[in-house]
Amino acid sequence: MSGFDAEYLKSRREAEWRVNLRKGIKAKERTNIERLKMPEVDPLERAKGHMEVNNGLTKEMAIVEAQRCLDCVNPTCISGCPVGINIPEFIKHIEAGNFLDAARTLKETNALPAVCGRVCPQEAQCEKSCFYTEKLGKKPVAIGNLERFAADFERDTGNAYVPEINEKNGIKVAVIGSGPAGLSAAKDLAGFGYNVTVFEALHELGGVLKYGIPEFRLPNEIVDFEIDNLKKMGVKFIKNFVVGKTASFDDLKQEGFEAFFVGSGAGLPNFMNIPGENYIGVLSSNEYLTRVNLMGAAKPEYDTPVVHGKNVAVIGGGNTAMDSVRTAKRLGAKRAMIVYRRSFEEMPARLEELHHAREEGIEFLNLNNPVKYLADKNGHVNKMVLQKMELGEPDASGRRRPVPVEGSEYEVEVDQVIVSIGVSPNPLIPQSLPGLKMSKWGTIEVDSDTMQSSVPELFAGGDIVRGGATVILAMGDGRKAAAGMHAYIKSKTKPGN
Amino acid sequence: MSRIVTKEFLSENVVKLELEAPLIAKKRKAGHFVIVKIGKEGERIPLTISQANPDKGTITLIIQRVGVTSHKLSMMNEGDEVTDLVGPLGHATKIENVGTVLCAGGGVGIAPLLPIVEAMHDAGNRIITVLAARNRELLILEKEIRAHSDEVIIMTDDGSYGTKGLVTNGMEEVINREKVNLAITIGPAIMMKFTSMLTKKYSIPTIASLNSIMVDGTGMCGACRVSVGGKTKFVCVDGPEFDAHEVDFDELLMRLGAYKEQEIEAYSRYLEVIKNR
Ligand SMILES: Cc1cc2nc3c(=O)[nH]c(=O)nc-3n(C[C@H](O)[C@H](O)[C@H](O)COP(=O)(O)OP(=O)(O)OC[C@H]3O[C@@H](n4cnc5c(N)ncnc54)[C@H](O)[C@@H]3O)c2cc1C
Ligand code: FES
Repeated sequence: MSGFDAEYLKSRREAEWRVNLRKGIKAKERTNIERLKMPEVDPLERAKGHMEVNNGLTKEMAIVEAQRCLDCVNPTCISGCPVGINIPEFIKHIEAGNFLDAARTLKETNALPAVCGRVCPQEAQCEKSCFYTEKLGKKPVAIGNLERFAADFERDTGNAYVPEINEKNGIKVAVIGSGPAGLSAAKDLAGFGYNVTVFEALHELGGVLKYGIPEFRLPNEIVDFEIDNLKKMGVKFIKNFVVGKTASFDDLKQEGFEAFFVGSGAGLPNFMNIPGENYIGVLSSNEYLTRVNLMGAAKPEYDTPVVHGKNVAVIGGGNTAMDSVRTAKRLGAKRAMIVYRRSFEEMPARLEELHHAREEGIEFLNLNNPVKYLADKNGHVNKMVLQKMELGEPDASGRRRPVPVEGSEYEVEVDQVIVSIGVSPNPLIPQSLPGLKMSKWGTIEVDSDTMQSSVPELFAGGDIVRGGATVILAMGDGRKAAAGMHAYIKSKTKPGN
Repeated sequence: MSRIVTKEFLSENVVKLELEAPLIAKKRKAGHFVIVKIGKEGERIPLTISQANPDKGTITLIIQRVGVTSHKLSMMNEGDEVTDLVGPLGHATKIENVGTVLCAGGGVGIAPLLPIVEAMHDAGNRIITVLAARNRELLILEKEIRAHSDEVIIMTDDGSYGTKGLVTNGMEEVINREKVNLAITIGPAIMMKFTSMLTKKYSIPTIASLNSIMVDGTGMCGACRVSVGGKTKFVCVDGPEFDAHEVDFDELLMRLGAYKEQEIEAYSRYLEVIKNR
């Protein structure tokens, strides 16, 4: 799915300023520039606090990095981007020093560039299909870092561009959930001229961006800034409102809402169902991160408690696992360990997070899997029993299947175990709409172009449709759904219908 | 924001708050709960909706002072506002006419029991309610429970009111006397454990409403998990009511102690602070 067709991209590339910019530096010289390194806070320093790890690029650095981009005739990077950002265009704006134009280009297709620049798995998307990676065998242009730079630059000017809004059409639509899927749907719907209300179950807006992803990776003020921008576009936010509980879909229809976008996420944490998993001190990463990020549990003036574990094991290899283990380190863990049943190479977390985790002294127990937990007489977990694994034949996902090594069990002392093996779709909405067609995994089934569900006025996207996925895919879904809803409402209100 | 309309102490440590919450009042059924949070630094705690007045747009919560948040709530006054209130959450009680229902309420558990007693009575059941408290002063909502019960038996630990003895003594007397079709037990986990053992002995189907630790109350964190019939369930979205005979009460009791140390420490710090005001 891409935002623009090839003809349009080509015409943009032929714009005079881009042609001149290309001529300015020879390709050979461009490819000789080394990819710059993102300035970071010292690992020992940052593991003591919650400050953001990456400092961001300076203007000078960003321009040099932008010069590396060859502005290819066939920009393969764009096909690697789930929302089809016009990548060469925004990078060339940076090279030309027109940082605000770069931000605006990003916002044509991406509602939250400052967020995506920080959390997208670029190495598996745009940067993977960069000409440097594909053809030159060199490190790709740092597209993610540049995205972050342009978005931050715009935010720091204090007056971010508020997208234009069509004339208000007086039609009410509802967005359920304020995660990336909901926010991007809300933005486009407001742009089309609808009266948009976002309903959020929690007392804070932002979904996983707030309760899950920690401050050291994505500061809350960035998310709040984006939400404020939506408020400026006229989007209304209602917190502490669980659709299906506080009011039903029928109630909302009675209130005049004509269509719904469901972006309720995949909130339900999975457990392994092994002995001892309900002991005290064994908890889901969602619980751990929610306590620390949403509830402020690590700060003394906040009421919510959290245990500061000394020997902490985090089970899993994704971003959530990395966020949990690095949070544990920051809360003073002596040993903060990742336990993952496959090898390091197979870990699904972003490369940068793995790299940062290693720098911060996180231990990796790869090819290990917990089989049970033991506890003291009060039920506090004190040991985990791990079984060694080895890699066998590739499975359906193409990754080599981990196979347990018989008789290899051993014990490791722990006082906190954080289970981070994935999430299932939040069941609240499906429970309240028995007619809604669901998959056997509990996700909402939708048409992949319009995101329309089996209930015509209801559209859905993000993790509730995909299971645990990514911020950028959730946002892409939100945009597609907004277009789908727009078309649906127009067809319904066409005269003669 | 939700404004406190009326406030009343039911006993020294139990307070009743009536809050403005028109949407919740309209939707709420017996068995539902809300999550409450006070101030930016507050924690999220679950509280059962004891009563609701949809016309007036209010709900009633009954709170026992046991920690920082319940204490803060008890210090709030009419006109004050609770920062965050969300609900109604959980599954409502299945209300049907089954015949004779034996209800057991212990301590502040009598508050969540009240709406169930009321609804079950309205559905045409014969209701016998056993209320238990440590002493007469701590017994709450007797009048309201009486208004919806065919018979009320009161048990106190010290014999200062009703009969001296445990809630199970009162229940067993009824079970030996007449046919009971369903039992409902709400109170401290330890009480629910023993009432459930009793009714299991007599093969009486029993429902317990569990009071696990919660954070979000929407199924997102798993803090509230319990084992029911050997399977892990989330109290906030799968419950709060379960088949009492399948609940692992020992595990529930253990898990309720998960943050004991922190809670005690925070509460004593808090009491120190308000003392010095
Ligand atoms: C710790 C962690 C780290 C992650 N790191 C990355 C990363 O680095 N890169 C990346 O791309 N992805 C990452 N992800 C995944 C990414 O965050 C999700 O894929 C994305 O947030 C999904 O967006 P969403 O809008 O579908 O749902 P969510 O962000 O889950 O938002 C759903 C919102 O809906 C609300 N809601 C649910 N039901 C209702 C209801 N009935 N009424 C009202 N509101 C409701 C919820 O409270 C929630 O706020 C991470 C996830 C976690 C948990
Ligand atoms: S309270 Fe978080 S899942 Fe139940």
